[in-house]
Formats: sequence, structure tokens, C-alpha cells
Amino acid sequence: MREAEAGLRELIPEADVFEHNKRRLYIRIPREKITQAAKFLHQERGMRLSICTGIDTREGFEVLYHFSEDKTGTMYTLKVLAPKDDPKIESLASWFPSCDWIEREMSELLGIDFPGHPNMRPLLTSDTDWDKGKYPLRRDHERRAEEHED
Amino acid sequence: MSRLGLWGLKKSPWVYHVAAASCNNCDIEILELLTPRYDVERFGVVLVGSPRHADALLVTGVINRKSLPRVMEVYEQAAKPCLVIGVGTCTCSNHMFKNSYNAVGPYDKHLPMHAFVPGCPPKPEAMILGVVKALSKL
Amino acid sequence: MSEEQKSTKTRRIVPIGPYHPLQEEPEFFKLIVEGETVVDMEINIGYNHRGHEFISPELTYDQIPFLVERICGICSNSHPLACVLAIEDCAGIEPPPRANYIRSIIHELERIHSHLLWVGLGGHFIGYNTVWMWAWKYREHVLQVFEMITGNRNHYAANKPGGVRRDISKEQVPQVLAALDLAEEKTKLLTNAVLDDPVILGRLANVGILTKADAIAYSTVGPTSRGSGVPWDVRKDDPHAAYAEVPWDRVVFEEGDVLAKAKVRLLETFESIKIVRGCLENLPDGPIEARIEEIPPGEGIGHTEAPRGEVFHYIRSDGSNRPLRHKVRAPSFMNIASNVVAVRGGSIADAALTLAAVDPCYCCTERMAAFEDGRLKYTWNDLLKLSWQKTERLREKLK
Repeated sequence: MREAEAGLRELIPEADVFEHNKRRLYIRIPREKITQAAKFLHQERGMRLSICTGIDTREGFEVLYHFSEDKTGTMYTLKVLAPKDDPKIESLASWFPSCDWIEREMSELLGIDFPGHPNMRPLLTSDTDWDKGKYPLRRDHERRAEEHED
Repeated sequence: MSRLGLWGLKKSPWVYHVAAASCNNCDIEILELLTPRYDVERFGVVLVGSPRHADALLVTGVINRKSLPRVMEVYEQAAKPCLVIGVGTCTCSNHMFKNSYNAVGPYDKHLPMHAFVPGCPPKPEAMILGVVKALSKL
Repeated sequence: MSEEQKSTKTRRIVPIGPYHPLQEEPEFFKLIVEGETVVDMEINIGYNHRGHEFISPELTYDQIPFLVERICGICSNSHPLACVLAIEDCAGIEPPPRANYIRSIIHELERIHSHLLWVGLGGHFIGYNTVWMWAWKYREHVLQVFEMITGNRNHYAANKPGGVRRDISKEQVPQVLAALDLAEEKTKLLTNAVLDDPVILGRLANVGILTKADAIAYSTVGPTSRGSGVPWDVRKDDPHAAYAEVPWDRVVFEEGDVLAKAKVRLLETFESIKIVRGCLENLPDGPIEARIEEIPPGEGIGHTEAPRGEVFHYIRSDGSNRPLRHKVRAPSFMNIASNVVAVRGGSIADAALTLAAVDPCYCCTERMAAFEDGRLKYTWNDLLKLSWQKTERLREKLK
């Protein structure tokens, strides 16, 4: 077993590890543990945050934190689920500047709230007539009709 | 348009380049026009740094919500008469982004366009031809 | 008024952009300056947001490479490559060896043209237009190779899930090699000229330093991090295409200033030439694509080293022919954010170079607003009025 994986299992016993292949690991953890897990991967194991992905699924909002361990070329993906009626995940941006922009982007395109973010302003849609209640990456966002206008 | 103004416009058009949510490719090809292989300064075409100096605006990309007010502002600042030439398929038809929530183009909804140069990206020769054709229409 | 503002000298805000001469793409930088020194910066992006992640689930897997190709015109092979790697990772397909080699060839040719482009623009920003003209002239050789082997100068449409779309024929190989020889010779000339010039060295050295700790904290990628002593390079760390099969070295410099980044880029060009040569000489025979029966439900990650750093694509499939979610991360998303720390403490003229997309020309008061004691002093319209009044006064005088 990989060192980082073993350490993570020890730290968070309820972690559910799925090995897609040798270099791609998906680890589901409870959302309260995200700060602990991210601190372990970044500060202790020296991993780089590639990016976060927010997905609107049937079960709720899933946020994926893709960490890359460049020594071994392995991608560790932490999966966190936030229920639809309470879309809140603790912000990592206060101690991890890589998360700053992507958390802002997820909050404006998906409507996930990141309490504790130092600067939660819209990133891409500021100073526009953007409808604040509309989140384009949600499943219920309307799509334009296929045919051309006019 | 006065004959004097026309004469001034046609001889040595100064262009200003406006990129509104483009993929950078048309923009790079526009800069390519200035470099030794194509070198449009031979014909008196100069890329200028301010729309106030420009005779023609070369616009690229799909306009999005955030860049639309800025593009309109740039157009208002440009000295009239002013040619507006769309470079790239995005300017003609929104290209692949027609279903996007953020695309508000194409350009002819917002600006009086004089010519379009389709292509993704158009070859530099095509851009030169586009400018020449737009000028010869005057 | 806050305590901080009272205690310091007058702070002014210098906005740069969104439309600024020499910026190819609209971005808005708000430099907060004290005298000549930049104390902070705010970045406002979104002028280029087109919603790729929204459109992608409407398209089939065959169409998506064409869409992601249009994310960026300069890295227009990196995004499709990372995207098809993600699809292949999800479906568990291995492309045939010849396809891998062709992918590497096109990817490295792209790196050569992109790095030369950057060097040219960098020269332009410090007022050396000769460097610009040279670099772009020599870049043309690479674009001609592209036109020959892919059919277009910029959007190559080379990748498809399972392989590549176009083969490189036997007759084309010597032509590509000849163009590479020419490009190598000229790039050597350019590199020596640039790195020997005392003015360029004086202008680039010790400017806009990004420390190693900041590079790691901001997760910067590509030449930005390799110039700060962080050796991350996806081509070596997570080898894909043919990168494990040809010899090449990573280029790392420790200093973290603009000069180190320029050196990384210039020297990487030669590594890329080495890779393309190695690939062309060992190009295996065989098919150029693997057949894909279906994409099973699941998820896949593909990442590759674009000229600017790691491009990251994530695909989630539900078993249909369209993805459920497609996440795209371009390298600049991480790198631009790190400008905030690199630019702090430098002068305005150097800030322009550090941002590397801005010209140190402040006579264009284009979108300027002067702030004094935190209050807006002049808006653009006020400045315009002042300018008109001055013109009027001059006219009166000359009458």
C-alpha cells in the first residue's frame, strides 16, 4: 500500500478508497474531515492541488479535490459530499491559497457555500447583470434550444 | 462621408485589436501579421495602442456578458468613421458557443459590422484580404 | 479610513486593462501603488469565460476534443490531449504506439512555437522589438511544419479518443527534420543573443521573484514553478504518450525571477527539439488508433504538460456517449493567481514585465482612475474634462 494512502486511512478510519488504476486513487471522506485530510496531503506529504471539481449529482453536491503526488505521478482525489439542502463545505483558502479562485468559481457556478473563505466574491461573473440565483452548472439550469435564433 | 475623410481612411488604416472572449488564436494571428513573414506595415497598416487613434477595429471572439460593455465602450471611443472587421468564425456566428449561457454575440447584434473573415483561425492572408475588401467597399 | 492607510504614503490605484495595448486577452489588473512601488494587486478575470464546462456535456466524446481545442489557441494540442487521456483513463484503453509517438511530436512542436512566442512577446514588453520580430520569424518554420502535417497552422485537430486523426507519412519525416534543424540553429542564435545581452539581463534578473514556498503554496505549474526550483513536470512524473521512451531532461532553475523563467523556456525549446527528433527517428509502424466499443460508467483523469504548465481534465461518464461532467483546468488558472505575490514590492515598470502581458506605457490613461486617501479623486470622465479644458486653454493662447 502507498505511504500516503496508509497515512490517510490511519488519520480518517472511515475513508473509503477506490483504486481505479495504479496511478488514480479516489478516496471518499466525510465532509467534516476535509481540512484534516487536505492538510495531511499538502503539508505532510508535499502534494500539489491540481484543482477541485464540483458536481451536481442526485445525492447532493460532490466536490472532488484532486491532489497530485509528483514524486510518484499518482493522483489522489478526495471526494466530499454536501447534501442539497445544506450545500456547505469548510473553506481551505485561508491556509491554502491554491483553493482561493476555485472555491469562488464553484460558489458562483454551482452555488456551494464555503464558510471561512477570506474573499468570497464572484470570480467570473462580477460586474455583469448576472442573475445571482442562477447556477449554470446545476442540473436544473435551463439549456438553450438546439435550433438557431432568427 | 467626406471625400477627405475617406481618402485618409483608405491610404493607411490604423487598426486597434479588440479581443472579447476569444481563444487567443485569432489574436496571435493578428500579431503575426506584423512580423516579418507577412509584415503589413508595408501597406501602412499599423497596430495602435488606443482605439482613439484607430481607423479600423479588428474584433475577435464570442462576446460574453462581461466583455460586452467594454467592447461597446471601446467602439464609442474610436474616432468615426471607423471600420469594424470581425476576425474568426466566432464573430460571425458564435461558433461552438451558441448554447453557452455566457455568450451574447454574434457581433452584428451589437455593432455595425463592415466585414467578417471566417475561419478558425483565418489564415493571415485571409485577414489581409478582409481588410482590403472592407476598404474597397468604401 | 483605516489605520493602515493613514500611516502610509498616499496609495493610488493603477488599473490595467481589460483592454490594453499589447495585452492579447482581456484581463483586469488593479495595481495598488505607493509612489513607484506596488504594494498589492487585485486580479479580475472572466472576460474570456465562455462556459466550456457547460457546453461539453451536450456533445459526444468524439466532438469534445474539437471544443476543448478552442479553449486556447496557443495550447491547442494540450487540451485535446489531456481530454482524450481522461476519456482513455475512464475507458481503460491504451492507444497504439504509433499514435503515442505522433501525439508527442505534435505536442512538442507546439511547445517550441509557444515558447518562441513568449520570448518574442517578452522582448516586446521590455521594448526590444528586434527580439519579437526574430522570435516570431523563426516560429514561422514550426507553423509551416504544422500546416504540412496537420493541415492547419494553429488548431491541429490531431487527437481523438483512442489515437490520432492523421498519420505522418514517410515523405514528411525528412521535411520535418529539415525544418527542425533550421529552427534549432535559429533558436540557438536567438538564445545566445538574448542571454548575452547585458540590458536584457539587467531588466530580467531579480525582477518579480516567486519564491519556492510561494510556488508550492499557490500550486503553480510549468515554467513558472520550474523557474522557482520546483521540478514538477507531468511528462516525467506521470509519463504518457511517448515521453518515457525518448531521452530528454527537465530544465529547472532556482532563482524564481523573470530571467529564470525565460531561461527555462528557452532551454526547454531545445529539449522539445530533442524529443521530436527522437520520436521521428524511432517512429514505430502500425495503426494510429484503437477501437473504442463504449465508455463505461466511471471517471477518468487526464493531465499533460502544456507549454504553460499542467493541463488537467476530469471526465465523469454515466455510460452514455456524452459525459456527465467535464472539468477543465488550464495552467494559467494557478499561475496568474501567484502574480499577486510575485508583483508585490516591485516597481510599476517591473510589475508590467512580471505580469508579462502588459506594456509599461502609462501615457494611455485609458481606464485610469486616481484614488487619493481611498477616495475616488478623478474618474475617467473627469480626466477627459481636464484634458478638454487644457486643449481649450491652449487654443485661447494660440489665437
